Amino acid sequence: MKIHEYQARNLFVEYGIPVADGDVAQTADEALKIARKSGFPVVIKAQVLVGGRGKAGGVKVVKDEAELTAEFNRIKNLNIKGYTVERILVAKAIDIKKEYYLAVTIDNIKGDVVIIASAEGGVEIEETAKTHPDKILKFYMQGVKTLDEGRWAPVAASLFSDVRLQKSCTSILQKLLKLFFEKDCSLAEINPFVINGEGNLMAADAKVIIDDNALDRHPELVALRDMKYEDADELEAKAKGLSFVKLEGNVGCIVNGAGLAMGTMDAVNLLGGRPANFLDVGGSSNPEKVLNALKIILRNKDIKVILINIFGGITRCDDIANGILTALKQIEIKVPLVIRLTGTNEKEAKALLTAAGMTTFTSMRQAVTEAVKASKN
Amino acid sequence: MSILIDQNTKVIVQGITGRDGSFHAKQMKEYGTKVVGGVTPGKGGQEVEGIPVFNSVKEAKDKTGCDAAVIYVPAKFAKDAMLEDIANDIPLIVCITEGLPVVDMVEVKKALNAKPGCRLIGPNCPGLISPGKAKIGIMPGHIHKAGDIGVVSRSGTLTYEVVYNLTINDMGQSTCVGLGGDPIIGTRFVDVLKMFQEDPGTKAIVMVGEIGGGDEQLAADFIKKHVTKPVVSFIAGRTAPAGKRMGHAGAIISSGDSTAEAKMQMLRESGVIVIDFPDEIPQALASSLK
Repeated sequence: MKIHEYQARNLFVEYGIPVADGDVAQTADEALKIARKSGFPVVIKAQVLVGGRGKAGGVKVVKDEAELTAEFNRIKNLNIKGYTVERILVAKAIDIKKEYYLAVTIDNIKGDVVIIASAEGGVEIEETAKTHPDKILKFYMQGVKTLDEGRWAPVAASLFSDVRLQKSCTSILQKLLKLFFEKDCSLAEINPFVINGEGNLMAADAKVIIDDNALDRHPELVALRDMKYEDADELEAKAKGLSFVKLEGNVGCIVNGAGLAMGTMDAVNLLGGRPANFLDVGGSSNPEKVLNALKIILRNKDIKVILINIFGGITRCDDIANGILTALKQIEIKVPLVIRLTGTNEKEAKALLTAAGMTTFTSMRQAVTEAVKASKN
Repeated sequence: MSILIDQNTKVIVQGITGRDGSFHAKQMKEYGTKVVGGVTPGKGGQEVEGIPVFNSVKEAKDKTGCDAAVIYVPAKFAKDAMLEDIANDIPLIVCITEGLPVVDMVEVKKALNAKPGCRLIGPNCPGLISPGKAKIGIMPGHIHKAGDIGVVSRSGTLTYEVVYNLTINDMGQSTCVGLGGDPIIGTRFVDVLKMFQEDPGTKAIVMVGEIGGGDEQLAADFIKKHVTKPVVSFIAGRTAPAGKRMGHAGAIISSGDSTAEAKMQMLRESGVIVIDFPDEIPQALASSLK
């Protein structure tokens, strides 16, 4: 789960990572109050969860109240990659002398937490990985969650030769690590990590991504979710035990298993159709899930056909068949259903559906072909 | 022949008294797997489907001499279940559970690194099966057929789809291994490819991958250097949008080379036959085995 810069900055403040004075504002008045407290110049930054805000003109340094008001209102009216700007972070502009990069994240291949440090700050780390890979230093934790400063001295030493800066860097890193572990992050990033005019280290930006699988143990973080960036249908589906991602086509898909669901979307595309969604009903054959899946998919008025592709292992095909029949009694389905059921109890399932006047497929390719055909009517 | 498990493997079921644990323990036993015990702390002395329940992995191992464990416990207890197996030197650990926080797996990995005698498969996986001999997991036994095609996959039901296509074309399987859909897993493509390459009973390999992560890329490199047997691959997620988690925690495109197309390209460059649809696998195998 992504959180906004201002929310990540609040976490930095909570953990004692130095940031410039400031706060988030929703109106120009609020912005003025913040600027009067921190003093000018201030930098104002659009709070959006998409990249490219700099290019879109969403970041500006302003020197006085008049400029602040004008620029605040301009940014408030921006549309950045389809998203409006609700909040703008207002903070004392830092006199940046040098920019670094410091982050804690997970290396999935190594299965370990890694600290990434670079003397190239202020650019996307992926860029540096392409242009100056030798400038990216990685320090693996080897499965240990220690904050012990002796362990992390080499990180600081790799970036700074000045002893005072090394100490300061180590201290900030310890705080970043503490935040990373206590809040179950998948990424905690300071980019750029800067030396200011007074020669002190501070975070000029804040980025935190939380591990979705750990949200259960962090209600305080779930509360930070910006619903504007979530699809309400996708969240509702998740609450009902379904995995659902909207796409742009008109062939609705209901499948059991994430890999098979991806494979089904791919097959629809390959055979000339356009999948409307990814949807995994999961392992259980609970008829409720089929009903909920159909309801959510049918909200999309572009849907021309619904393809139900089930390979029953633990999922019983007759449970799915009953789910479909129940759904048909409860909700109005005006589009054709193309049903493929193979695996556990497929005979029973076919019998049930045939008795209700419906046909089923055994072959995935045939079912997808039929669904694509129906979508072009 | 087969890899990792066969008719002699003795398995204990952690979480055996739970709904999933008891159901699958019964299914595995009916398939012919030697399910020798189960573990649920506090329920030692009970029986599930004639299988004795113990209070701890240590007790179960002492009493049964088991050499494998399968985990059907909720996400918040799964890490401890794996750590308990590792502490008791269980050689093969299969974790079915989905939803583990990634840092939990970092801890498990650390424990595994210190115990080279322990292998973990999963988490978030369907398990593995050597058809006709044993299954440790949730896959439907009846779609499998014994033979000499090795199958390794990150997926669950997509693997069944692939296996089904092999079976109806009379291409039986030596062993089918489900690696799991999480970003950090105990066993990777490279590990299983090596085992299949070395298994005299496996003459060709089917590899089912998906978007996200760098596993298929590492596999492509390994295949180029060390695999002489034919490899046919299907990669799911060509139509997945970037940045979105597609069900599996590990199935998220975060960079150019974790897309399906990038993986397919790398595999092709290593001599792997990459097909577009699961039902094309049998034909591709037949051609490569001529």
